[in-house]
Amino acid sequence: MNTEEKIIEIKGLTKKFKDVKAVDELSLNVYKGDIFGFLGPNGAGKSTTIRMLLTLIHPNAGTIRLFGKPLNEERALILRDVGAIVEKPDFYNYLSAYKNLEILSRISGKDVSSNRIMEILETVGLKERRASKVKTYSHGMKQRLGIAQALMHDPDLIILDEPTTGLDPQGMKEIRDLIIHLRDEKNKTIFLSSHLLSEVEQIANRMIIINKGKTVVEGHVQDLLNSAGLKVTFEVDDLDSAKHLISQSRWDNKIESITNNKLIFNLSSEEIAVLNKYFVENDILVSAVIPTKSLEEYFLKITVDTV
Amino acid sequence: MMTELIKIELYKIFKKWRTYIGFIAIGLLVAIIQTAMYFEGQKSLDFMTRNLQDSFLFVGNLLNGFFISYLILNMLTVHIPFLIALVAGDLLAGESTAGTYRILLTRPVSRLQVLSSKFIAGSIYTFSLILWLAIVSLGIGAILFGYGELIVIKSSTVIIFDRNDVLWRFLLAYGFAALGMSVVCSLAFFFSSLVENAIGPIVATMAVIIVFVIVSAINIDVFSSIKPYLFTNYILSWRLIFSDPINTSKLLNAMLILLGHIVLLYGVTAFIFKRKDILS
Repeated sequence: MNTEEKIIEIKGLTKKFKDVKAVDELSLNVYKGDIFGFLGPNGAGKSTTIRMLLTLIHPNAGTIRLFGKPLNEERALILRDVGAIVEKPDFYNYLSAYKNLEILSRISGKDVSSNRIMEILETVGLKERRASKVKTYSHGMKQRLGIAQALMHDPDLIILDEPTTGLDPQGMKEIRDLIIHLRDEKNKTIFLSSHLLSEVEQIANRMIIINKGKTVVEGHVQDLLNSAGLKVTFEVDDLDSAKHLISQSRWDNKIESITNNKLIFNLSSEEIAVLNKYFVENDILVSAVIPTKSLEEYFLKITVDTV
Repeated sequence: MMTELIKIELYKIFKKWRTYIGFIAIGLLVAIIQTAMYFEGQKSLDFMTRNLQDSFLFVGNLLNGFFISYLILNMLTVHIPFLIALVAGDLLAGESTAGTYRILLTRPVSRLQVLSSKFIAGSIYTFSLILWLAIVSLGIGAILFGYGELIVIKSSTVIIFDRNDVLWRFLLAYGFAALGMSVVCSLAFFFSSLVENAIGPIVATMAVIIVFVIVSAINIDVFSSIKPYLFTNYILSWRLIFSDPINTSKLLNAMLILLGHIVLLYGVTAFIFKRKDILS
């Protein structure tokens, strides 16, 4: 799935608005076949970065290479293979969904047939409403149309800025499934900006967290989660004995909270088995071990630490 | 790609309701003037020629379609610029307001191509508005009044053109008017590149025209040195075409100045637009 072919290569990207640095020497790499999560709190510089990736905003410094080519010099060639949603989905409201796509397809640099437009409208569930003017669409429908315009010309790189905003849970799942399908079946590379951290956790294989325009951390999602540590819940038969046992041991400083029959620890993945063995050896029956890890907690920890 | 972009821009222009306001307004304006002239035109003509009637005998149909069309063309600087600014001011700012730059400028077309296609489409709209003016003025004029000699009354001269000598002058005058209105289109287009809503460019364009027209009309020395630089002074230079002989050097000079304005305004707009950060 993941090769070493760089699809996006950003080096030292900087953008200032008057005296405020929205993006500050940002560097990142996205490889072919990645679903790359792009995370950061509001105002972190995510949208500015995406706009620079699409030449909507001119950087003050730094370089962007897409598909190994310099974006500035080979913009037209590069953008033929890029599909994008940038922030909220806006269209020509006085035109139908089909006409919007038809207009955009004519300047996509690729041969997009009317059959292809119908196919993509069907994929996003808008085929029946294709003739309706966009001004009659709900936000969720516009979001689906946004996805359609990003995919209709079959681009290799798909940049999605909050693609599930405004969708109901079923719609969100469909889009997540579609993104995974695009990566697994069509070998597409996805650059996914989302405020739904669980979304990134579920589908991204690599990610970056930025704050105040700077990289906080970048890497494989699993590695980052592991390095953040695990929150593990142990359900035991005898809570008092277990509490006593723990208070006499080195595990005392690993315990986070105790509720009902549950003891919650902060552990590394290697420590789970060791603690479980320790309980059993001391005649405390463990009925369940529930590891929970959350990108959201990690994200909050990381971004709060950098403020 | 340019042809495709121009077609798209024209499609977008002519799919908007506001585009037709200009055509409807001109249709109504011309119809109202022609109706008024149908009932009161002879009185107006008599009033205009009152000082000449003692010395000359006017025969034939002077209150004809050509005369009415000539009067209507004189109203050009007052009404039509607003109708042009209504569409041209929206060409760039409208995309900002709607947020559609994000889908338009992320396609493999250059900003200059997008800008040029919009400018050409705006110019085509301007030409069609003038063509519409020509059709309704001359067309309805012919039906209501028929055709005859054209009397042109200037401050110190009266010229009567033979009916066979008039049509080509009108065609040339409408062409010149289209050039003058293209300056208005370029001005609104320029303002449109600066802001993110279409109201500003429309108001700014009209403000510039009104100020220039007022400055041109005030005969004081302070203003006389700047008057040659005001494009509004040249918009009505189509009147030179209704002279005999035509002062071609003055006419060409006016055309070049108007063309210069268009090139300059387009150049500045392109400079701004290429460097603009799309934040909408």
